Amino acid sequence: MNLESIPLQAFLIVSSALFCIGIWGLLNSRNAVRVLMSIELMLNAVNINLMAFSSYIDNNLIQGQVFTIFVITVAAAEAAVGLAILLSLYRNRVTVDMESFNLLKW
Amino acid sequence: MSIAITTQFICFTVLSLVVIIGALGVVLLESIVYSAFLLGGVFMSVAGLYLLLNASFVAAAQVLVYVGAVNVLIIFAIMLVNKKEDLKPINDIKSRRVISTSICLTLLSLLIRVDLTNVWSLSNPQNSIGEESTTRIGEHLFSDYLLPFEVASVLLLMAMIGAIVLARRDVMSKDISTGLPVDQELIEKSSEPLLTNKN
Repeated sequence: MNLESIPLQAFLIVSSALFCIGIWGLLNSRNAVRVLMSIELMLNAVNINLMAFSSYIDNNLIQGQVFTIFVITVAAAEAAVGLAILLSLYRNRVTVDMESFNLLKW
Repeated sequence: MSIAITTQFICFTVLSLVVIIGALGVVLLESIVYSAFLLGGVFMSVAGLYLLLNASFVAAAQVLVYVGAVNVLIIFAIMLVNKKEDLKPINDIKSRRVISTSICLTLLSLLIRVDLTNVWSLSNPQNSIGEESTTRIGEHLFSDYLLPFEVASVLLLMAMIGAIVLARRDVMSKDISTGLPVDQELIEKSSEPLLTNKN
C-alpha cells in the first residue's frame, strides 16, 4: 500500500460499517422516528460509497457525484413524506411504537 | 487536494471515528433527542469526508439538505410525537437481538471482505479534475443528466404536496369510511384512536 493518499478501501470500510449500523437500527428500533433516522444513515453510507468511487475510479467525469446529488434529493423527499406518514399514524394510533403497527400482519 | 498527506490521514481518521461512533449512538442511545442531535453530527462528518474527496459542492449540498432540512424535520417530528409511553415488553426480544446482530455482523464481514479482496481499477490521479468538480457537475446536470434533473423537480413537488396532504388535519366534519364526526381537537387531548388495537 503506498502512502501517497488515503486508500479507497478505507472509505469503503467506513461506508460498510455505517450501512450495517443503519440496518441494525432499522431492525431493532421500537420508536418509528429512530427507524427513519436509520434509513437516513443507510442512505448516507451509500452516498459515501458513490463519492469514493467517483473520486478514485472515475475522477475525470465524476458521474458518482451527480448520482449523490440525486440520492440527496430523493432522501429529502423521502424524509418529508415519511415524517408526514408518521404524524398521521400517530394521530390515528396515539403511539409511535413499531410493535403496535401490526394491522397488516397475518 | 493540496493539503499534506499526514493531515489528510488525521482528518480521515477523526471524521470516520465520529461517523461510526455517532451512528452507534444514534441507534443505541435511550433518548431520541440525543439521537437526533448525534445524527446531525454524523451528517456534518460525512460532509467532511466529501471535502476530503475533493467534492466541495456535494459537501455543501449535504450540509444544506441533511443538516439544514432533514435533521430539523426529524427534530420537529420528535417534538410533535414525543409522548412518554411505557412500551409493552416483547417476550422473545433476546432471540430477536441475537438474530439481527448476527445478520448485521455477517453482512459487515461480507462487505469488508469484498472491499479488501476485490481489485479496483483505480484511475490515474493525474487525470483528476480536482477543484473543477462543481463546473463538471453543472455540465452533467444540464446535458446528459437533464431528464433525471427535471424528473427530480417533479418528484420534489409531488413529495411536498403529498406531505401536506398526509400531515394536515382532516377538514371534513365526518369521517368518510365510518361516518363518525371527525375529532378536530389538538392531538395532545385524549381522543379515541380511530383504528382499534389488534391485541
